[in-house]
Amino acid sequence: MLTYKRKTIGEIIGDVIIYAVLTVLAITMVIPFLYVIAASFATETEILTRPLFIIPETVTVDAYKRIFDLNDYGTRVFQSLGVSVGVTLVGTLASLFFTTTMAYGLSRRNLVGRNIMLNCVLFTMVFSGGMIPTFLVVKGLGLYDTYAALILPGVISAYNMLISKNFFQELPAGLEEAASIDGCTDLGIFVKIALPLSLPMLATFGLFYAVGYWNNYFGALLYLESQEKYPFTLILRNIVFMAQAAEADPNVELPQETLKMAIIVVGTVPILIVYPFLQKHFAAGVMVGAIKG
Amino acid sequence: MAKVEKITLSPEQKLIERKRKLTRIKKDKWIYLLLLPGALFFILFKFVPMWGVLIAFKDYYAGINFWMAPWVGFSNFTDFFTDSDFLRLFKNTLIISGMNLVFFFPLPIILSLFLNEMKIQWYKKAVQTLVYVPHFVSMVVICSITFMLVKTPSIDGFTGGALYEIMKRLTGQSINVLDTPSNIYWVLLIQNIWKETGWGTVIFLAALAGVDMEQYEAAIVDGANRWQQMFYITFPAITSTIITMFILRMGAVLDTGFEQIILMQNDLNKTTSETFDTYVYNVGRVDGNYGYSTAVGLFKSIISIICIQSANFLAKRHGQAGLF
Repeated sequence: MLTYKRKTIGEIIGDVIIYAVLTVLAITMVIPFLYVIAASFATETEILTRPLFIIPETVTVDAYKRIFDLNDYGTRVFQSLGVSVGVTLVGTLASLFFTTTMAYGLSRRNLVGRNIMLNCVLFTMVFSGGMIPTFLVVKGLGLYDTYAALILPGVISAYNMLISKNFFQELPAGLEEAASIDGCTDLGIFVKIALPLSLPMLATFGLFYAVGYWNNYFGALLYLESQEKYPFTLILRNIVFMAQAAEADPNVELPQETLKMAIIVVGTVPILIVYPFLQKHFAAGVMVGAIKG
Repeated sequence: MAKVEKITLSPEQKLIERKRKLTRIKKDKWIYLLLLPGALFFILFKFVPMWGVLIAFKDYYAGINFWMAPWVGFSNFTDFFTDSDFLRLFKNTLIISGMNLVFFFPLPIILSLFLNEMKIQWYKKAVQTLVYVPHFVSMVVICSITFMLVKTPSIDGFTGGALYEIMKRLTGQSINVLDTPSNIYWVLLIQNIWKETGWGTVIFLAALAGVDMEQYEAAIVDGANRWQQMFYITFPAITSTIITMFILRMGAVLDTGFEQIILMQNDLNKTTSETFDTYVYNVGRVDGNYGYSTAVGLFKSIISIICIQSANFLAKRHGQAGLF
């Protein structure tokens, strides 16, 4: 910053400490992931004899062969991956649709009833009916044990909706006026002007919603009954935590450790793939001040 | 005279006003159409359940007709308050929340102050990239990895998880962390630190990005050392953000999160891992005792509202912006 002032010894020591501490911290945070990835490619014996490693002695893909083998774990794995991918795609599109339409509507400052609606939305952020009443509503609507139950009950995040509302409010009013003079309806303005201008925002929320759907565990646990509808998170839980549940039943074959590791990796890889894109869009999604106004 | 005139004109004005409103509503018909899906969502999944909390006052359980369930007044609540579970839940929830407040809450602040001191930009970016990762990974994955790290050896002579081995070397004892009730608090805390410390810095770093660099330059000219700069410039720049986050935290003091605890819960650690959220699930969804568990949930919601309102009030009284 200031080149004319040389650093004192104290400052250099401070720098060294800060860089060292943060480096160790950053590595510690990702080591568990590295270990799981390494272990998924290791032999069962190696996992049972080495407590921690990030490079396996012998590399093998046996675990992956088993989890993708249709005669073994494959059926459950592919089925649940299909559910997760489907729910993530449909859910993300649905969320973007519900969120942007409502946000755009509420961005009109002189709309009759706007304040009441905004206050209602804010109220849902401090008070909720709770798990069981919501569960009963989902059941009452006939959504219990359907894929829709994994999407609809949380299709809008009030927080994301309010941020997009503020975004639409900031769009230059002149554009909309010009379009309406040219005979464009409000619907046309929304589709042809507001949405194209908000593509970066749509990308941000799309990614955040997608991660939410992929990672969702609670919804599936609460609203699903049939095993064949389970998303990957539930299958992952069942396989990894099976040892606990199976203790009572000696007939159940316990999954190997490598297999558990491989399953965990499969659940994490999609996140790691979108992660670089996510990172680009962080700041937009976290403005607490955006709730106001 | 003027007064009388005003009163006599008033109904007409009202009519005009109403007509104006109607034309405005008509003009905005497409906008209302756009609002419709979102409004339906909020009504169906947010407001109907709010009305649904009335079942807290009914003796309603799985398998019977909602309309036939008898009204029982506050008996679900009195049952809960007199139940031995009540104090246990309260204790567990407050311990888990309190430990998060004491041990977790300051960490993102400290980490962002440190990150802010990193002047080599690419290095700072690299550190940030790594510490944010756990936030985006599913709770199921976090808990599964924990499970693998603390597991005891399956067969004697083999090794357990890495953390199990470390603890064994440190204490000389073989500890099954997940089956020991008193340890579950620490497991939850460490998981939380692992998952959210990095992500927690984002909001503070955003606040720090707005600090004018000239302030630091002026401070350096005045002979302020690094700690003084941190204490007098950097820290004040994020105080209001810290207070906002603190209010949010206080408002959510009973929200211990559901997924994490239900995943780590087993029969052996249930005495210490059962909190309001998991209890509502276990009693309501698993056992089907709808009325009773809704009462528990409603009690929690009301306490939460009181918490957030009072935290907000206190913040405002101390000259801070508050949340709303």
